[in-house]
Order: sequence, then C-alpha cells, then structure tokens
Amino acid sequence: MAVLSRRKGKLAVPKLEPRLTALSILMMLVLGAVALRLYYLQIIKTHQMADLADRNRIRIRRLPASRGLIFDRRHRVLVDTRPSYDAVLVPEDLRDRAATLRNLERYLGGDHVEDKLTQAEDEGIPSSEPVTIKERLSWDQVVAIETHQLELPGVSIQVTPRRRYIYGPLAAHLLGYVGEVNEQELKKLPGYHMGDEIGKFGLERGWEDYLRGVSGNQEIEVDAVGRRLRVLSEKPEKPGANVILTIDLDLQEAAEQALGNHAGAIVAIDPRNGEILAMVSHPSFDPNEFASGLTAAQWRRLMSDPAHPLEDRAIQGTYPPGSTFKLVDTVAGLEDRMLNKATSFYCPGGMWYGNREYRCWRKQGHGTVGLINAIIESCDVYFYNVGERLGVDRIAQWAHKLGFGEATGIPLAHEKTGTIPSTQWKQRRYHERWYPAETLSVAIGQGYVAVTPLQLAQLAAEIGEGGIRYQPHFVNRIEALDGSAIKVYQPEVAARIPLTPEQVEILHAGACGVVNSPMGTAHKAAIPGIEVCGKTGTAQVVKEAAGARIKEEDLPERYRDHGWFIAWAPGNDPRIAVACVVEHGGHGGSSAAPIVRDLLVRYFQLYPPGQPLPAGTLANASATTRENGD
Amino acid sequence: MRVGIDRRLIYHFDWAVFVLTFAIALVGLLSVASASFSVHRPFQMLIIRQIIWTVAGGAAMFAVVMFDYRALASYAYPIYVAVMGLLVVVGVIGQATGGSRRWINLGLFTLEPSELAKLALILVLVRYLREDPPPGGLRLRHIIVPALLLAVPAGLVLKQPDLGTMLTMVLIFATVIFAAGINLRTMGILALGAVLAMPVAWHTLKPYQKERVLTFLNPQSDPLGAGYHVIQSEIAVGSGGSWGKGFLKGTQARLNFLPEQTTDFIFSVFAEEFGFAGSMLLLGLYAGLIGRGLTIALRARDRFGALLALGLTAMVFWQAAINIGMATGILPVVGIPLPLVSYGGSSLIVLMAAMGLLISINTRRYLF
Repeated sequence: MAVLSRRKGKLAVPKLEPRLTALSILMMLVLGAVALRLYYLQIIKTHQMADLADRNRIRIRRLPASRGLIFDRRHRVLVDTRPSYDAVLVPEDLRDRAATLRNLERYLGGDHVEDKLTQAEDEGIPSSEPVTIKERLSWDQVVAIETHQLELPGVSIQVTPRRRYIYGPLAAHLLGYVGEVNEQELKKLPGYHMGDEIGKFGLERGWEDYLRGVSGNQEIEVDAVGRRLRVLSEKPEKPGANVILTIDLDLQEAAEQALGNHAGAIVAIDPRNGEILAMVSHPSFDPNEFASGLTAAQWRRLMSDPAHPLEDRAIQGTYPPGSTFKLVDTVAGLEDRMLNKATSFYCPGGMWYGNREYRCWRKQGHGTVGLINAIIESCDVYFYNVGERLGVDRIAQWAHKLGFGEATGIPLAHEKTGTIPSTQWKQRRYHERWYPAETLSVAIGQGYVAVTPLQLAQLAAEIGEGGIRYQPHFVNRIEALDGSAIKVYQPEVAARIPLTPEQVEILHAGACGVVNSPMGTAHKAAIPGIEVCGKTGTAQVVKEAAGARIKEEDLPERYRDHGWFIAWAPGNDPRIAVACVVEHGGHGGSSAAPIVRDLLVRYFQLYPPGQPLPAGTLANASATTRENGD
Repeated sequence: MRVGIDRRLIYHFDWAVFVLTFAIALVGLLSVASASFSVHRPFQMLIIRQIIWTVAGGAAMFAVVMFDYRALASYAYPIYVAVMGLLVVVGVIGQATGGSRRWINLGLFTLEPSELAKLALILVLVRYLREDPPPGGLRLRHIIVPALLLAVPAGLVLKQPDLGTMLTMVLIFATVIFAAGINLRTMGILALGAVLAMPVAWHTLKPYQKERVLTFLNPQSDPLGAGYHVIQSEIAVGSGGSWGKGFLKGTQARLNFLPEQTTDFIFSVFAEEFGFAGSMLLLGLYAGLIGRGLTIALRARDRFGALLALGLTAMVFWQAAINIGMATGILPVVGIPLPLVSYGGSSLIVLMAAMGLLISINTRRYLF
C-alpha cells in the first residue's frame, strides 16, 4: 500500500507512525465495507431495486371503455353515456395528508373526504389505487381542483363515462340499470376491476358482454408527489357495441301515458315475428339513480314501497286471467272436437253444481247462446259447461300448449311462469285431490290460474296469427360503432297449434265481436276503420261470498278486481297484439280496453294500415277515447 | 513567514492531491447538474453557482499552497476565536432554513460558519498537540483543554441544530487525539463514558433526530414516513445497476423521489446515473485522496504538519464514509455533505482550501 511505503527510507515523525498506520487500515476497511454495500445494492439487488424504481414512477391507469348505446327500433337513443368528472386521490401520493384533505374539502365544498379514505383502507384497497372522493363534479369544482394542483398532491380529476337513461323511468324494467361491480362479481367474472360499471338488471345485464367494450390502459410516469408527467405507453380502449331494440319509443311513451297512474302492465307484440313493441310496468323507477350509486335510504325506499316499483309486472306479475282465459277454453274445446260453431248452451244466469250456484256475470242470464256469442258476451255459464265437459286436465294441456304455465323465454331474468292447475298439480302442490267444481273456476280464469301479461299478449298474438307463436324478443340487432351489424336477431317460431281455417274464423268472429258487436264487452276499444279483435277479463282479487254481490265501486281499492284486455289488430292481418292489466281497475271492458285502444290508435298513427283511412278518423278516435276513458 | 513563488514549490507540487480534488469536484458538478435537473425545472441556477464556487475553491487552494502552513500555528488561536464568534453570530442573526440556523447572509452569498469551524477546530487541536506527548501517552488531564476546544464549536453547532457537523467534529477530534498519542486506557475510559452518556444525549436530540435513528434501526417500520428517505435512496443506488441509467436519466432523482438530492443524498443521484462503475470510480478517488493525505501525514517533517495533514484527511474521510453509508442505508440519516460533491459554496471552498493545505504540507517538507 502506497500509504505505508517507506520509499524515502526514514520517516519524519517516527512516533506518529504506528497510530497513523492503524488509522490508515481502519479508513481503508471502512471504505471497503462501503464498496461491499454498493456491490450488494447495485449488482446483487439491482433488479429488485430497478423494479421498485419503476413502481415508484409508473402508474397504470385504466381507460374505461365507453358503454354501448341503446336505441329504439327507429334508431333513437334511449340510453347513452356521458363523461362524469370525478375527483380521485391516490393515498400513496399524499404527503401532508391533513393539509391536502383540508384544501380538497375547501374546493369541493364538502366533508367526508377523510371517511372515504378510511373506508378504502378498511376495504383493503392498496394505497397506490386511486380512491374516488367525489363523483360528478360541477365545472367550477373541476376548475378549482385543476388550478390548485400544487396544493393537492395526489389528487386528480378522472373522467369516467357514466350511464344516462334519457327518458328516466321509461321502460326501466326492460332496460335495467348499471352499477358498480361488487365483490362477488369481481371474483366470478374475469376482466373487471374495482370501480367498473356492470349491467345489474334487465337489458343492461343480459347484453353486458356486447355493451361493455374492452377497457384500455395507460402507463403514466408520475413524480414523487404523484403529478402525472407523461404517458409512457398506451393501449386504447374499445367502446362497446350498440344495441337496437324492437321497442318503439313513441309507442312506449304512448303506452306509459295510456296506463297513466294505474298500477299495471302493458305488453305490445308484433304477432308476425314476436318483436316486442312496447312493454310497460307501472309504477317504475329511475335507473339513473342506480347508475350514480343508490344511497342506503334510496334503496330502502324502493324495496319497502308497497307498490313494488322494482317488480316487472309484465313478466313477473301473475294475475288470474279472468275471462280472457275463455279463449283458451275455446281453443281447447275446438281442438278436442268437443266444441264447434254450433255448440250452444242455455244460460239462466247461473249454474248449480254440487250444492252451490255458480253465477254468470249477467244476473238475468244469456238465454241459449252459441260459441261465438258466448265469447262476445263473455257468458260464464257457457264456459262452465265447456270446462265441465273438458275437465281440468284437458284445459291445462292446451293452456300449456298456448304457453301458459311456462316461461316465454324472453331474455330477461326472473320471469315468472304463472300457474296452470291440473289434478296432478294439485296433488303435488296441496296433496289433495281435484274437486270437479274447481274446474268451473278454472274455465273462467279464476281460482288457481295465474298468468303474466306477457303470456296473455302472446296468446293474443298467436290467435291473431292463426296458431303460430313467435319467441318474444326485444333486441333487433347489435351494431358496431361504424353501423355494421354484429348480430341480427331473426324471428323464431316458439310453437304452433294446428287450427283449421274454420276454427280460426270462429275465434276471429268471437274476438272481433267483443269489440265491434253492440253486445260486446269491449266496445270502448273500437276504432273506426280498423278491425280490433280482443277479449276482456276481470280477475277477482277476493272470492265473492256465495250469493252476495257487492258493487265494485263500493269496495276499497285494494279489494277491487284487476281489469284485463287483450287485443290484436287489424283482425284479418294483425300487426300488433296487446295485453293490458290494470290492477284494481275493476272490469276489463271499462278499465283496460280504453287504454289498449289509445295504444292501438297511436300505433296506427305511427304505422298506418295498408288501406287509406278517411281523413281525421284516427285523430277523432283518439279524442273520443279520452272523453270516455275512466 | 515565506510567501512567494519558490522554484522548488513548483518542482515539488503535489499533483496527486490536485488532480484527485478536481476530479471529485467534477463528479460533484455532474451530480449537482443532474440533481437540479427535473421535468419541472430543466434549468437551475444551482449548477452555475457550483461552477463559480469550484473556480473560487481552486483559487483558494492555490492561495493556500503559496502560504507556508507552519505560519498557521501562530494564527491558530486567533482564527479559532474568530470562527467561534461567527458561530455565535449565526445562532443569533442566522438565516433559518428547514428548522435550523446555519447560514449568514452576506448578500452575494450565504456563509455557513460551521464549515469553517471544522477547519478551525483541526488547526487549534493540532496547534495544542504539536508538542510530543509525555511518556505513557496523553492522559485525561492532557486532553481536558482539547476537549474544551471541541466542546465550544460542537455545542454551538448542535444548537443550530446540525447533528451531522457536530458528529464530524467529534470524529475528527477522536482521530487527532488518537494519532497524537492518547493513552489507550484513557481512550477506553473515554469510549465507555461516551456509551454511558448516550441515554443523556438521546434526551437532547430533537424529535425528528430521534425518529431518524429509530428509522435507521428499522426503515420498513414506516416506509412512507421517516423511512422513506432511506428506502428511496437505496432504490436509487440499487436501480443504477452496473453501468447506471445515464447522465440526467435517473428517474429517482428527476422525479424528486430523493430527498435533499443536491446535498445529503447527492451520492444516490450519482450512483443511479453512473451505476456500480461510477460508484467505484468515486470511491476510488476518495480512497486515493485519503491515502495520499495519510502518506503526506507520514512524510511530514514536523509533528504539526503531520497531525494537520491527518486532521484534514480525517475530515474528508469521515464525511465521505458517513455520507455514502447513509445513502446506502448502512448508517442512520444525519445531514453530512459529501465532500467536494454536495452542493454548497462554504463546504466546497473550505475543502478545496484544506486540500491546498495538504499540498502545502507535502511541498514544504523539502523546504526546511
């Protein structure tokens, strides 16, 4: 070592030499130790350290894909996505936590910032993940935060596309809603991240895979206080595909308007292909509230509302079909060769069976009635006889063939099947034998029978279409952003029943008479110039006490009967089939029929029938309806 | 007192110390340039100032070389008293930065008297100890005066508070006393006393200083708080790898992840950009300078010159070792600048003058 060299022979200060030598050794050892430490850090641990350095400076920022739009059948936007400006904070980048939070609260004009952070910590969200402090900032708030960046290290504005339901509650049950992806969904579904939107209900849920798109990401270099300096790399997002519905916005609005404040449901279908033109369930809810995240109070209010706004009555509401079920009896009887055009029964106003009288709705009776008039006048005794002769199992068999007691397969979750009783069903359900008298109730659509509005709309469509029933659907096609079709939904035949032309003619004559004959129960649904066919129904809510007859108007509303009307038009070549239930509306002829009429009028204004109508007919018809409407 | 150019002065000029000093100062310029370069501040006055100070330091170095160091012996006490006066003044009118009063604003530049104090302390200690020790070495009573000479500046500096400089002074004192021939038993007793005094010293530390010591013992205990500095520094050094990320390309420094990156943690800036190769080069330069300083001490003709050379060398050694040790996480964080590299005029000029003094000692051994 040069330090210790004795090149010059004699040292000048000999007494110092040993101590200086010792110090030299000590110093070189210390420098050697430092060199070893550098070797350890820079050679052995370098990959780990380089990785940590990158993690320091690189933040991965997800670019959420904008969700596909939803259009009506005529390409009008029903649901879109707008940017929402949210304030987010990366806890890891906070330096002076108290000061930053204080400033932030000042600019946002609110508190809870601390709470949101603690909540995120409690949920175990890593401190490098941004925490959303406040959503949907006003423009002033955005400007305040952007201009005070230096006082707010770690805080930034995140632009998030957010769902907007332009018409609020319109068709809410069908469209559904989106919400933030939850813990279970994150576990189950790959490709979702905390804070992502996911379809929770309705179409939004069913078509999630098309609507959601593919999110991209950005690698962003940040400095020590978390300021974003530059984008290192970027994988752009792919927006979701657009969904075009078979729903017609105008018709949907007309249906909602026609139903007004009544609780109930309307389903309108194109019988030629099963396309749903309008589907209303009232009361409804505003899916926008879900998209921005419901508060606990909002959720409680929706859940505990006695009117059940979240229930989709069109597919989940099950009601006794009342007299509309007589069309099912008719089909069953005709198919079973038990009935023909000439079959007639005598109606004295009631029928004794066992030791009880089963009344006809018309106290004075209908006298001797044939099949077509029995449908027109909705004679109960006639169909008691039909029911008695067919037996419950025959009725049930044909009801199933017509789609009752089964899910229609509409692509919405939680569809109800309703109930079609049979001897077997009763044995299974109640472990009891079937009493023949119960068949009489079934024949007039009361008792155990329960159907959904969609099923009845399908019945109207099927009879109108002469025995062909199409799969009900509400999505016409899926389009890419450039308008090219990704998927087109073709009509599918769900079932056929063999009906001879004569049988079709009988059903047609009966249903047409319901609306157009002076004796018909639904003359309020008549539209001059258009042949409307249909059938009314009144579903009992409480069983009548034998012999007692209480006037509907005297009953408290919740005990009043549900009113039904199903229809198709034009009669000879139907393009629209409708079912409408008005909860506690009383007789179908007075409650539901005018509503359906309004809807049909609107439909034919929008889609005029082939033959030209006398000028003003439709407009006048509409005006009259409003006068007569209840 | 001999001032003036002697032919032998040029002939025996110590080029090693000269070259090593400027090489390290050059590393300093690169590092200061890099440390002050960031996306937000691409251009800084810092590097310009550091260049000016390097030039001023060079001038001071030559001035000192011209000067016969032996004359300093007679000026040691007046210099000491004057510098202590400055230290008192700085405590009263000093400019407070980051919680401590260390600088006197002189208009054109700010003076940091504690840097001068280190030099003054060395001078006065060596002046006092220039006589040969009694047989059996220096005992407690012989070092009472040197201890008092240490206590005055150390106490004043600790008051600022500047723990790093205080520590440097204590280490220089210990080194000089050891070389001057302290009795080994006495040294053992002193060391024991120091250990026993530690709990007392602990109470005099400021909370942030206590935290730093605790953090050193377990940096991961609070990675975002007090341990942050050490961890970020280790990341910077380690991520440099073998050859470094390249000049101005260190992300840790450029993105401000390093604390005090122009002063206390400047080594991390350099090590990140120049890697293990650069670190070894810098460490080699220091080793060369320190080795040369010790050689000069060994060869000096008089005891005053030898101890002076040792004191100056110890000043460079302890500061370099502690600073790099701290940047690499083997020592607790105390604010000690990296000699000749850290940004700061007072420190740079004092150190270059000190190196001039080393050259002067080496050169004049032929002039007797």
